[in-house]
Amino acid sequence: MKTVRVLIVDDHRLFRSGVRAELGPSIQVIGEADDVDSAVAAIADLQPDVVLLDVHMPGGGGQEVLKRVLGPGSQVRFLALSVSDAAEDVIGVIRGGARGYVTKTISGAELTDAINRVSDGDAVFSPRLAGFVLDAFASTEAPPIDPELDSLTQREREVLRLIARGYAYKEIAKELFISVKTVETHVSSVLRKLQLSNRHELSRWATARRLV
Amino acid sequence: MSVVSEVGIRVRETEVSNAPEAYPRLVRPVKGRVVAGVAQGAAAQLRLDPVVLRLAFVLLTVVDGLGFVAYAALWMFTPKEQVKGREPGRDWGQLAAYGVLWLALAAFGWMTGASSGGFGTWPIAVGGVGALILWQQADPGRRQRWMTGAVKQVSTTWVRTIIGALLVAVGAIGFLAASGELAKARTGLVFTAVVVGGILMIAAPYLASLVKELQRERTERIRQEERAEVAAHVHDSVLHTLTLIQRNANDAREVTRLARSQERELRNWLYQPKQDADATLAAAVRRVAAEEEDAHGVPIEVVCVGDCELTDGLVALLHAARQAMVNAAKYSESPVISVYAEVEADEVTVFVRDRGKGFVLDDVPEDRMGIRQSIIGRMERHGGGARVRTEPGDGTEVMLTMKRNT
Repeated sequence: MKTVRVLIVDDHRLFRSGVRAELGPSIQVIGEADDVDSAVAAIADLQPDVVLLDVHMPGGGGQEVLKRVLGPGSQVRFLALSVSDAAEDVIGVIRGGARGYVTKTISGAELTDAINRVSDGDAVFSPRLAGFVLDAFASTEAPPIDPELDSLTQREREVLRLIARGYAYKEIAKELFISVKTVETHVSSVLRKLQLSNRHELSRWATARRLV
Repeated sequence: MSVVSEVGIRVRETEVSNAPEAYPRLVRPVKGRVVAGVAQGAAAQLRLDPVVLRLAFVLLTVVDGLGFVAYAALWMFTPKEQVKGREPGRDWGQLAAYGVLWLALAAFGWMTGASSGGFGTWPIAVGGVGALILWQQADPGRRQRWMTGAVKQVSTTWVRTIIGALLVAVGAIGFLAASGELAKARTGLVFTAVVVGGILMIAAPYLASLVKELQRERTERIRQEERAEVAAHVHDSVLHTLTLIQRNANDAREVTRLARSQERELRNWLYQPKQDADATLAAAVRRVAAEEEDAHGVPIEVVCVGDCELTDGLVALLHAARQAMVNAAKYSESPVISVYAEVEADEVTVFVRDRGKGFVLDDVPEDRMGIRQSIIGRMERHGGGARVRTEPGDGTEVMLTMKRNT
């Protein structure tokens, strides 16, 4: 089994060492960074597979790192990790290019699982993120500008609903009589819509409801 | 809203009924009189502000001394109010103010010839009547504001300064024009303007820095107050919780419970817009989950999609959801409980799910109230539905649905 090379970006030293200790054997932590500048430098230098990215940091936070690193040809994948559950932060960092969002209360095993998933190119949705997405896509009455990007399919909606209800991907697959791979495809497709949809209602929605 | 206005009406009624008579006789009060209490007495009779009548008397005095005659007549025909003990003195300050006002009006009248009852009277009369109409038109609250605005020197300072300056300028120029000296004074006026302008230019930077300094101090003070509030909050909640955690360090469950409840409180305080906890479904679901989490020490993760006002049916749904959370927390041995509430166009769905040991639904005795009565029975009585999915070893999920318009 291949190991995933991970860079931890967080301004709390205690938290970094905690995460390091908790991650499973399939994860190799190759470095740490504690602010935006050092994170950008370390990513260019070490070329990690996955960056564990804190949302709130001195110097612009996780979104600033995403803005400076992500571009055409970038192979690095980001998993956002934060204590904040503010819709603004969650939607912001996902639209900034992160492939998943989990809160810092996540257990070590779950985090290991999430890192592996992101490294495979899949998306990681926490129940809360799924709730936000359902809310954001449902709350707009304006007709979609691009029907393909601006609305969710029935199946995607079902998958998100199950994630929000606390189901794991395996349980969702069993519930909907589909394969885990198909579940992953649906979630990735939702992520793509979330990132590419132009409808400014998404951002406005996130700003309007600060947190839950 | 209706309660407030009701109370207001009642207060006014008691005020009226507490008055000695429904239609009090015209008397001249001694307390607070300016000359003889005529205006005050008449004002009480007409339920007007004494100031209005006093101004009317002053104004009419300017016009051919009419006000003086009226005042004297009323003085003679009105009995004086009986007072026990020593008579309180006159309000000399007010008397002086009205005197000055009369002098000014008289001078104005003399200059324009208005006081002789000629053509010039009409502007004063029309203006006076207009002002009285405005006064009468205004509702009591606004009148109150006008009065306090004239007394307290807070909000209307600027307006009054500008009006005052305008009046002084008009008065001065009018005086010069009337006495035919305007042409002569022009050089003097230009000179004065230049000097004042010069002084202003010199003083401007100093004044500006003064204003800036004041503003800086104010922001600093606001900042300090905010910091004090944050410090007070952190002290009351966070430090307190940390102390409790240290004392309960051996009890992992209790420590988790304390940490979670403090986290929730802090999050609410930091991010949550101030809202009525029971006004909407999402807020109510969160509150119920928080209470049960505190009571049983099992984390309850809540996700809400959409929101709506609470109705009777939804309150029943909320009770059933609470019972489902209690069951999961008490019996399932699940480390975490997920609650998902979704508001759709026509119905509301709530899922309460645990990953605990589960049970066989048919094995639950008939007399166990929890699931049959508090959840399924309650939902059906209110026109909703409940579905329980469980299997030993596979956790339990309770699904509750309720139409929105019930």
